[in-house]
Amino acid sequence: MSTMVAHTGYLTGRLLRATGRQPAFVVIMLIQPMIWLLLFGQLFRRVVEVPGFGGGSYIDFLTPGVVVMTVLFTSGWSGMAFIEDMDRGVMDKMLSSPVSRGAMMASSVANQAVTIVIQALVIVGVGLLLGADFDGGVLGVLVMLVAAVLLAAAFSSLSNGMALLVRTRESLIGFSTMLTLPLAFLSSAMMAKEAAPGWIQTAAGYNPVDWAVVASREALAADPDWSEVLARLGGLLAVAAVTGWIATRAFRTYQRSV
Amino acid sequence: MSVHPLTATDARSNAPPATAPAIEAAALVKTYGDVTALNGLSLSVAAGTVFGLLGPNGAGKSTAIKVLTTLTRPTSGSATVAGIDVLRRPDEVRRTIGVVTQRPGTDPQATGRENLLLAGRIHGMRGTAVRTRVDELLHRFDLSDAANRTVRTYSGGMQRKLDVATGLVHRPKVLFLDEPTTGLDPQARAEMWAEISRLATDEGLTILLTTHYLEEADHLADRLAIVDRGELVTEGTPDQLKSELRGDAVVTELAPEADLATARAAIERVAGTHDVLQEGRVVRARVDHGASAVPAVLAALEAAGAPVASITVARPSLDDVYLIHTGRTFAAAEEGENR
Repeated sequence: MSTMVAHTGYLTGRLLRATGRQPAFVVIMLIQPMIWLLLFGQLFRRVVEVPGFGGGSYIDFLTPGVVVMTVLFTSGWSGMAFIEDMDRGVMDKMLSSPVSRGAMMASSVANQAVTIVIQALVIVGVGLLLGADFDGGVLGVLVMLVAAVLLAAAFSSLSNGMALLVRTRESLIGFSTMLTLPLAFLSSAMMAKEAAPGWIQTAAGYNPVDWAVVASREALAADPDWSEVLARLGGLLAVAAVTGWIATRAFRTYQRSV
Repeated sequence: MSVHPLTATDARSNAPPATAPAIEAAALVKTYGDVTALNGLSLSVAAGTVFGLLGPNGAGKSTAIKVLTTLTRPTSGSATVAGIDVLRRPDEVRRTIGVVTQRPGTDPQATGRENLLLAGRIHGMRGTAVRTRVDELLHRFDLSDAANRTVRTYSGGMQRKLDVATGLVHRPKVLFLDEPTTGLDPQARAEMWAEISRLATDEGLTILLTTHYLEEADHLADRLAIVDRGELVTEGTPDQLKSELRGDAVVTELAPEADLATARAAIERVAGTHDVLQEGRVVRARVDHGASAVPAVLAALEAAGAPVASITVARPSLDDVYLIHTGRTFAAAEEGENR
């Protein structure tokens, strides 16, 4: 266990340094979520007048949604780093070294978590500039970060596991795109649940993406229902643990076929 | 001395040798769907020696390395490295071996030093121990000046040196080198050869190296095995293998208008020729004395009305060993794989 923690630290350091050496990537990573908030904020400004929204500010409503969308679009590509490692030969070299497989997965998740926290804080900052109130305050924002990190853990594990199975960029792009958009739109990220058709409301209830949105939005509200929040965070934690475990198992499948 | 490798049964029935083999593989089979990459490969490598696996691309050399380095499990068969069972205790094997794969295996976004530090730390080295060792390797592979540059800025030769260095950080007992000089220019190749020889003689490392360069195997390996289509074809010291061949090779390239079958039959009839093989317009024959055979071959071909484009005599080479055992020249085998 201590080996896994130590290895996770070393491997996370490797990934973060690599990101830091690609300034263009960092800039894009920071600007992209801002654009979404500004764009959707303008586009859907009057959507709060739709029955079901109950008035309020759309920026307040949208910020957690954009954070969660950003998680999907960032973590969904996590497996690309695995494929790069496979193409380069780093993956095979790692797998014939005593490196902990769990650490290989955990470091990728940790790297995603750092990215997501930074992106989420940028979104919150832009949200505040656009006039959001965030009645839930700092605690609310922290809960949103936790929800985002848990969702990022689940999605990056899924993406990594898929990368180990499909082993090509094209297939991973297909998988990620196929999964990301429907999951985003089968949730209340952009639209109040009450304003969506009944079947979408039902589907959203089973969608971890929606759990992250609901937990964040509730925690940022003036008077949060904490049992609602905790239930969804618990659900996200369970999903992250299961996907992480399954994805780590995928190393075996990969090793059988190399 | 037997040129056949020990099989698992042999190993059990004999008394244990004074020094146990550093690598032992018994009847390894690996299939990928319908493709058989290894078809019952057995080999035994004595501790402290350089063992070469020689074969064309696709012969199964890299698959053998993948199995022995625990990257993948064989479909059947067994193997030990440094006396440790590869299938039952892969984690222990991983701590004992150094692996330099055919592809780079270093992170292009990290510096040379960071790559080496990571390799050492994964093997549990900490603090000044790992930093000292990394500096030592950087110096030894002439990479000190480039140590803090990202690997993407390295030349091919520098990257290869770094690959070998990362395989050595934790002082392994057994080093696997998969095609260590493929893609290197002649100077970088010569440097790599010198370094590999030094590792074997100065540090007593056991090295298993694969290559599809005949001269590399001849130059570096104490013993070598020729692998073809996933099977071990023959095994011995380079000299043993070459001495299996009597005499010289006479290689006749026929002119385009020559009738190939007639020409081949004419060469076969020349006294003292044997192992006559034909590939395209080239006919190879083994003879006891090259110099005296050439006039006879030329005379026979002229009598048969088969014009000759060129004729050469060659001393035995590993290419001939390969040819005798597989019925194909090395070059033809390579071409066949690339098609």
